[in-house]
Amino acid sequence: MNPSATPTRRQIHPPPAPASPFPYHPGSLLSASDLTLDEISHILTRATILENQDPLTRDRILAKRRVALLFYESSTRTRTSFELAAKGLGADTTLVSSLSSSIEKGETLKDTGLTLRALGAEAIILRHNASGAPWLLESETRLPVLNAGDGMHEHPTQALLDLRTILAHLDPATKACHPERAQRVEGPAVPAAVPRIDEVTPETLSGVTVTIVGDILHSRVARSNMLLLPRLGARVLLCGPKELLPELAAKAGPGIEIERDFNAALRQSQVVMMLRIQAERLAGMQLDLEEYKANYQLSGPRLATQAPSAIVMHPGPIIRGLEVTAGVADGVQSVILEQVRNGVAIRMAVVERALLAAAQQGGRA
Amino acid sequence: MTALLIRGGHLIDPAAGVDGLKDVLIKDGRVAEIAGPGKLKQANGAEVLDATGLTVAPGLVDMHVHLREPGQGYKETIATGTAAAAAGGFTSVAAMPNTRPVNDSPEITRWMQAPERAAVIRVFPIAAATRGSKGEAINDFAALKSAGAVAVSDDGLPILKDAVMRETLAAAARVGLSVIQHAEDTRMTHGAGWVASMNAGPAAFRLGLRGWPNEAESSIVERDIRLVQELRDTRAHLHVAHISTAAALAAVRQARRNGLRVTCEVAPHHFLLTEEHVGLYDTNAKMCPPLRSAADRDAMIEAILDGVVDAIATDHAPHAVHEKEVEFENAPNGITGLETALGLCLRWLHKEGKLPLGRVLSLLSAQPAALLNLKGRGTLVAGSFADVVVFDPKAEWTYNARQTKSKSRNTPFDGWAMQGKVRWTVSEGRIAYASD
Repeated sequence: MNPSATPTRRQIHPPPAPASPFPYHPGSLLSASDLTLDEISHILTRATILENQDPLTRDRILAKRRVALLFYESSTRTRTSFELAAKGLGADTTLVSSLSSSIEKGETLKDTGLTLRALGAEAIILRHNASGAPWLLESETRLPVLNAGDGMHEHPTQALLDLRTILAHLDPATKACHPERAQRVEGPAVPAAVPRIDEVTPETLSGVTVTIVGDILHSRVARSNMLLLPRLGARVLLCGPKELLPELAAKAGPGIEIERDFNAALRQSQVVMMLRIQAERLAGMQLDLEEYKANYQLSGPRLATQAPSAIVMHPGPIIRGLEVTAGVADGVQSVILEQVRNGVAIRMAVVERALLAAAQQGGRA
Repeated sequence: MTALLIRGGHLIDPAAGVDGLKDVLIKDGRVAEIAGPGKLKQANGAEVLDATGLTVAPGLVDMHVHLREPGQGYKETIATGTAAAAAGGFTSVAAMPNTRPVNDSPEITRWMQAPERAAVIRVFPIAAATRGSKGEAINDFAALKSAGAVAVSDDGLPILKDAVMRETLAAAARVGLSVIQHAEDTRMTHGAGWVASMNAGPAAFRLGLRGWPNEAESSIVERDIRLVQELRDTRAHLHVAHISTAAALAAVRQARRNGLRVTCEVAPHHFLLTEEHVGLYDTNAKMCPPLRSAADRDAMIEAILDGVVDAIATDHAPHAVHEKEVEFENAPNGITGLETALGLCLRWLHKEGKLPLGRVLSLLSAQPAALLNLKGRGTLVAGSFADVVVFDPKAEWTYNARQTKSKSRNTPFDGWAMQGKVRWTVSEGRIAYASD
């Protein structure tokens, strides 16, 4: 059915994919990879300053500015800390959640975003069950959009607060992490013995190995951390069963490796990030939980024998007795509640950046 | 009917082996005579199209389009879809049956061809292979063929059950129709509460999107080829729609070596774009099958250049603006393609790939016409239908989706450089499109 085939084969090279126009707005935070190291340093520095500032002066920074929280998924930590962060800077916040709004009636994300803009929202904090939704919202509204978690994709403020938590425990000389240097969660923050690291470089985390364990496939926290931490020199080990950690995860960026043996990964790690199995995204996948626990649960004995000086992190929500035992979650190596506390400081810095970047620079678009 | 003389152009008619300066005289919708410049005697009184410096070729044939009628006229109508086709140099399009309702009946097949649809070029319906395209009960192919169907397909959906596909191939062979298969094992691309929305690979992982593995295509193609092998005495013809993976192409290549009637088409986006063009959730880069890896894309080009690919088909799939302005996972699959196919093929396959113009045009006209058994089309020998495209092969221009004649403009090729501008499209002797 063909005319004569040519004997010589040739190849052509069509144009590569065009460069991304995102983010349109300099105040947006869509992906952890959008931030330069200078911007990361700036956010960390502002987080520390804002955290220590007198609340009665701090709340003039964004007095009466309008910030909308648009949540298509349930959330405790992220929503509350974004809300407290914005309010802590004096902004008015309004929460729109998918149950109790016109979203239930079939309104599109575009229309909801345009409506919030017309109501005077100057920035939108979006949590959405679809990967990429913040990019759509930003391109349609051209407002600063803060990604508070999109589907299985990213959760950049979580990566920043995780970074802040790691840095609080890092000894820059030895690159060891010291759990005992954890700031106390109860009561006011106690200054660390050594100065806090807020200025980061490509070497800040060199020599530090961070193991992320569990449901990597469905985890936006894992993706944002995988993109962020290697840029500061960290080595990221991913650990989990094949169903939850495909081989190609190692190709997501530089500095990422797969180590399926949890004990072997622990022995190399200064930081261990445990992830929840996202039952809501398993989508029919069959998983033997007893086998999972045997291989990947962080228990007291395992931690004591394999990584006695690592810090244990978890983005929450924790399922006690599944990915971590209660003893580990509450133990001396756990910095889980410190992560939560850092969330407010980081989100103050990010909300401030969203609204002030606009004033200083105007939109890029 | 008035006569039409296309004078002074360079005629390329690959099926007839013609490649030279010729005048073409058209009478009563048919090619009356072809002769050297100024040699036509009966041309007095004919309307003249001056094709000096232009290429004259058989009108293009797109064997895979979605015209959305009946049922989804807000995306496209047969009138607007064929207007876009004519602007792209096409004179025949084969319309897939995933309409609302599905075209699984002689009534709908006839309805689509009725003069009231106001098509400006010829529309050839492809009828559903199974009732409602549900992949269970096969339709009455003889009745569909007499109503004008040129092939059968459940496009958009695969025929998954081995027994049903086998029966479809055998029944279609009995009435002389091809079976066009949308090769997708949906058991690998759909799950509880999710549908794959891009190629499975590092980009899908990075973007947090569910992946569509290559095996979902190649396993169906391999299964179908086994069925054709079992039915080889029946002249069963399997045509693989919008092939996108190197593995599926390899299976087609091997089937051909084994003498089986297995053919395939490639869409321009599958030989020009890769999964990287999804960028940050560009819904105009979402289609089914999805954009693949660079290795798969290169395999498409290689197979076009070395002749394994039988046709270039656009899979023109218009969607309204509001349907694509949504979350990537929620956006419908498909892009428009009728106005960009010739410009992209000439730019990339001919100019860059050095594929002779005749070969490019054959992939866009003579070969798909032969696959669909469209008698008297895909060639301009005397007596054939006067389906002609006249274009300036040297003209370079930029595609602007906002000026489309389609109702929709969901294309990743907006702003792309095109080569070769259509001057006239003539459908059965009538001028269906003329550029300004």
